Amino acid sequence: MERQIGTSRFWRWMLHLGLGLIVVLWSIPTVGLLLSSFRDREEIARTPWWSVFPHQEFATIEAYKPEGLDPDGVMTIEGVSGTFEEFREGVATPDGGQVLWVGNKRNGRIEIQGETWVFFGSLTLENYGQVLAGKTFELTRPDGSVDVQQGDNLSGALLNSIAVALPATVIPILIAAYAAYGFAWMTFPGRRLFFILVVALLVVPLQISLIPILSDYVKLGINGTFLAVWLAHTGFGLPLATYLLYNYISQLPKDLLESCFVDGASHFTIFRTLILPLSIPALASFAIFQFLWVWNDYLVALVFIGSKADSEVLTQKLAGLVGSKGDDWHLLTAGAFITMLLPLAVFFGLQRFFVRGLLSGSVKG
Amino acid sequence: MSDVGSMTSRPPPASPATSVLATLGRLAVSVLIPAVAFLVLRQGFLFLRDSNAPKVLIVVVAVLWGVGGIGLLYWVGNWVVERMPKRIGARILPFVFVGPGVAILIWYLALPVARTFWSSLKDAKSAGFVGLDNFAFVFTDASMLTTFRNNLLWMVVGTLFSVALGLLVAVLADRSRFERTAKALIFLPMAISFVGAGVIWNFMYEIRDVSEPQIGLLNAIWVGLLGNEPQAWTALNQPWNNLFLIFIVIWLQSGFAMVLFSAAIKGVPTDQLEASRVDGATEVQTFFRIVMPAIWGTVVTVATTIVIFTLKIFDVVWVMTGGQFGTDVIATQFFRQFFVANQNGRGSAIAVVLLLAVVPVMIYNLRQFSKRETF
Repeated sequence: MERQIGTSRFWRWMLHLGLGLIVVLWSIPTVGLLLSSFRDREEIARTPWWSVFPHQEFATIEAYKPEGLDPDGVMTIEGVSGTFEEFREGVATPDGGQVLWVGNKRNGRIEIQGETWVFFGSLTLENYGQVLAGKTFELTRPDGSVDVQQGDNLSGALLNSIAVALPATVIPILIAAYAAYGFAWMTFPGRRLFFILVVALLVVPLQISLIPILSDYVKLGINGTFLAVWLAHTGFGLPLATYLLYNYISQLPKDLLESCFVDGASHFTIFRTLILPLSIPALASFAIFQFLWVWNDYLVALVFIGSKADSEVLTQKLAGLVGSKGDDWHLLTAGAFITMLLPLAVFFGLQRFFVRGLLSGSVKG
Repeated sequence: MSDVGSMTSRPPPASPATSVLATLGRLAVSVLIPAVAFLVLRQGFLFLRDSNAPKVLIVVVAVLWGVGGIGLLYWVGNWVVERMPKRIGARILPFVFVGPGVAILIWYLALPVARTFWSSLKDAKSAGFVGLDNFAFVFTDASMLTTFRNNLLWMVVGTLFSVALGLLVAVLADRSRFERTAKALIFLPMAISFVGAGVIWNFMYEIRDVSEPQIGLLNAIWVGLLGNEPQAWTALNQPWNNLFLIFIVIWLQSGFAMVLFSAAIKGVPTDQLEASRVDGATEVQTFFRIVMPAIWGTVVTVATTIVIFTLKIFDVVWVMTGGQFGTDVIATQFFRQFFVANQNGRGSAIAVVLLLAVVPVMIYNLRQFSKRETF
């Protein structure tokens, strides 16, 4: 057994080292974002996010005006000597601190600094408050009255995202489930042809539809409405939903349905009271995918909601922030994390269904 | 309303007059109920479009209206069919079930293929025919050629690394006690939107002047540890800046590949692995001779999925660079030509090219389907 690489202690260590390295590399970006979102806005921009971890930092112990020193020659301060340029950079003292000349030659000050441990940078929830509620601005009108205005915020977009994502998840599943039942348990002319259509459309890129559908929406006057976006997501998600649910529903035991028919139940009753409850695993798997896909979608929202400000969803708002406030990292990090909150909750809460959905082929074309 | 009364009480059939009346009543109700349902939905729509009610209320109404509305449509459809004579109803019922789905598929995907192809033959305003001029632009314009080069880079590098990393993690995690945790953490980015990922990686790639502390991790390592000049990773050094965008998608997609590979690896029969080891093969040999052939089908599926995915990549590029600095891809060109430059014809032609690129996969899917016996 000694020859088996998999069991030797050395390789076991190497394996965990490699795996650990990849996991750490993969997690760093998200962790960095999360930590940054709790940092003070000044500090995010000035120091890197990993400075919230315990580290040593120079802190000023004493500061005074330089007197009796010649900045153009070699000076001796607190027992260490150096030129002006060297003191500007900081000269190390034997006890581990440093002496610093802050400012210019004529008008500066001497700072004696010692190294101290900084455990946690100051963490704050203010960024989230500002992103969710918006900053309030006080405008003074010409007549002297003060007008308080609420600044731009993400909470409206959060609600819009919910209003888009929930129906855009449920509607295609409902339509696909009915269609899948029809394909699986009913006979009608065109059955094979229609199902071939479903299979053929599985991988069609949605870009092909954007231009014609947009012009239809403009003619119908529904562009920019929730209905338009729901229907678009329904259309783009439907081939896969129908295909997957067909695979599941057609595998259900045939005698079960037949005994119901003998009892005189109609298709509609069987579908509602038997098929839907039995298909919950498949429905849940697809629901998670469709939800994540709609929640995280940017292109469909960009085309069919466009710049209609009060209907914009989170991804649009966040992308807008990247464009307009690309350096306001306190807003961007908190905003990005808010958009990730719900998907991550769904992901961790329903991981079992999520993985099962992947394995059954929940991959959008 | 007397119609409804006559419906529900169902008088025993007596004279031809009453039976005609009953039929008329059924007909009236069949029209009335869908009409009422339609009116309710329309009112809901108008409320949503024009109302100034508080946002939360609008959202609740929208969700109820959208979800309830679809349920109502099926219910009404079934209700109408049940009122019909049995023989006709049985013929129509399948279309109540399948009809809405097929109608939406045709409206949203099947017809647009033809319509987009049609407008790709027309000019910028979709007025006059220009023959294949738009396709000539797509395949000869310098910026479009850069676009195709980038997409090729995306498809090759993105797919290769996602598959390789996913395979590596799946193999490693399979032998580790920490399998569940490791897999969950690698998998986690899949739940993040591309826009969110764009923010995350913009932050990783952030550049500061050399005199200030670097707040982006990559430049902190590059400048602080390696002593180089700070780099604007996604803007300079074309075409290599594309790789920094591609890496974001590798970060997002490796978890997907890993989950599928992991399941496939667990499906490899243990006795085959044992036999190989007893024969004295090393782990690496066992992997390439036993495991790889066994999971090859999954590898092809995953690779195809990621190739299609990278072919259509849009959000990452649009948010990170907007297609500047030679990072345009097909989908961003499509968006720019159509929505920014108002070039309907060129936009359509680019969409048609995207479609043509996936036709082989479509044919493969249809072949697999025709092998199935159930239909």
